[in-house]
Amino acid sequence: MELIPKIPVGQWVDVLIGLAQNNLSWLFSFIKTVSESIIVSLRDFLLWPDPVVFIAVVMLIVGLAGQRRLALGIGLGLFLILNLGLWPQAMDTLALILSATAFALVFGLPLGILTAWSERVNRCLVPVLDFMQTMPPFVYLIPAVILFSDIGRVPALVAIVIFAMPPVIRLTGLGIRQVPGELVEAARAFGSTRMQTLVKVQLPLAKPTIMAGINQCIMLALSMAVIAAMIGAAGLGGAVLRGLQRLDVPTAFEGGLAIVIIAIILDRLTQSIGRGRQQKSSI
Amino acid sequence: MAIMAKILVKNLVKIFGDHPDRALKLLREGRSKEEILAKTRQTVGINNVNLAVEEGEIFVLMGLSGSGKSTLLRCLNRLIEPTSGTIELDGRDITTVDEAELREIRRKRLGMVFQRFALFPHRTVLDNVAFGLEVQGVDKKVRAEKARATLEMVGLKGWEEYYPGSLSGGMQQRVGLARALVSDPDVLLMDEPFSALDPLIRRDMQDELLSLQSQVNKTIVFVTHDLDEALKLGDRIALMKDGEIVQLGTPEEILTRPANEYVRRFVEDVDVTRILTAEGVMKPAEAVALKDGPRVALRRMRERGLSSVFVVTRDRKLAGIVTADDALAAAERNDEDLSRILIQDFPRTALDAPVAEIIPVLANSRYPVAVVREDGKLLGVVVRGSLLAGLVRKDEVAWN
Repeated sequence: MELIPKIPVGQWVDVLIGLAQNNLSWLFSFIKTVSESIIVSLRDFLLWPDPVVFIAVVMLIVGLAGQRRLALGIGLGLFLILNLGLWPQAMDTLALILSATAFALVFGLPLGILTAWSERVNRCLVPVLDFMQTMPPFVYLIPAVILFSDIGRVPALVAIVIFAMPPVIRLTGLGIRQVPGELVEAARAFGSTRMQTLVKVQLPLAKPTIMAGINQCIMLALSMAVIAAMIGAAGLGGAVLRGLQRLDVPTAFEGGLAIVIIAIILDRLTQSIGRGRQQKSSI
Repeated sequence: MAIMAKILVKNLVKIFGDHPDRALKLLREGRSKEEILAKTRQTVGINNVNLAVEEGEIFVLMGLSGSGKSTLLRCLNRLIEPTSGTIELDGRDITTVDEAELREIRRKRLGMVFQRFALFPHRTVLDNVAFGLEVQGVDKKVRAEKARATLEMVGLKGWEEYYPGSLSGGMQQRVGLARALVSDPDVLLMDEPFSALDPLIRRDMQDELLSLQSQVNKTIVFVTHDLDEALKLGDRIALMKDGEIVQLGTPEEILTRPANEYVRRFVEDVDVTRILTAEGVMKPAEAVALKDGPRVALRRMRERGLSSVFVVTRDRKLAGIVTADDALAAAERNDEDLSRILIQDFPRTALDAPVAEIIPVLANSRYPVAVVREDGKLLGVVVRGSLLAGLVRKDEVAWN
């Protein structure tokens, strides 16, 4: 072992981050400005109406979509959060999660389509996805803070997107590849372009699988809420973290419970969207 | 050639694998499929196929699974890219056209019907049928109108808003057929379209395809592994084995003159009486002219050992039949006019009538069966002996 000196992987990464910091700072400040304003405006929008009105409107929309039991459950859950006095933190977390999910979809869906179209892209991307999913998030939280020279929402957003995007890519690719070959062949035989085949045949048939990917993405994003709080992202994670630091079990538990409620609500909502489409297609 | 073929396939080769060039070279040197597979790990799918499909005919590609028939069909619209050779559609080589022109050809000139229907489960029957028009960018109202008309043609009026999953197999394939017909292509490519249906439905669909074809008159390339289906539908049949055409001909040619042992084995179980026509079992008709008189007729019958003889007009149109008894009676009373003893009540048949229809007629008649052309001209005669000889002749070919 002595013959081979230690390979300085760590130093390389350090150098790389230094290079990025020195030469790409314009890019990071651009990303920071854009994503910060997205999250903040979304949070302000969520906090704009009175919480009771907000809850009533959400219940009404879900109820009108034919999901009465779901509407009732959502109402109860949100009311409990309000009652616990965690409403502003919950909306902060929700804004962060939804923004992160939106970013993950904007990048993840096209990448997923590319993996289905090209076996080469797929082969290149799989190890990257494995890396993104298994590398402990703390390891890239710190570089994110360094690169954005800031703590708070933006490095948290980046960390969440990295962690939550892989299922979108994987399941989009899987859903498209699972569309029976003869249907794709039929679309081609009638003179579809690649885009037409994608939009008219592959995406509609892959929709349930893609929705499962989006669902997983949201769940993973939520699971990062506490970790995001460690680098100063406001929200429910902050409540949990504070409680833990002070050994204040009730505060920590209430924060955790609010996260669980939001998770369940988002999970059921996305599932019912996926299922609704699926039922329609199998009539 | 005076008439240009609708589809002309020349020296078509398809090799599956990453490096077809070496395999192609070996193939041109005359090496066998097995040898090429062992040496280059490339599979020969289509081996130097040449054929011409005429306008308006049903051309059947027949063979067992793995014979290359579906591959050949898919080369015709380049769902599978041929390795070498040319495919001309109305004289235009489609193997060299670019993507955009290929799409145009697929959209407007080549309709395709698939074995397991390949309908889009998320689209209604109407939207399935309208798919080809939709990708062409046809206006929504126009395409719905055309799709409705096409659905009515295949007998599915009223099912427009259903989803394919709620239809029976036979109905699904009608949707598949309508989808292929909606943009009014010149050529229909049909890949075992009826083999996923149960036998009764399959026969109905075959009959309907034939009646539909008499209305729309498309050029149809039809793939099947079912010999009965091939014989029933095909104007001509190309029998394939190992990516090559073993024999190409009319159903009757394939049955009566199999090119080799493989074809012979393939056709030996066929009910020949459904395929063999009057033409194959008739013999030249003995006939006397109307002006000849009963004595000539009697002498002719005596010479040939017949009990009756046909009578024809000067331009060989069939006038009737006289029996030996009637002719003898007329001769004894010195009646010179044959027309007075002509019998009209005897069976006639057309040249292309299947033997299965002639057998019961012949069994119930005292007279032989006359084979006549549409204009009334006498072409030949089917008697018990000639019919048996015709059947045996086929069997001799099959068994020796």
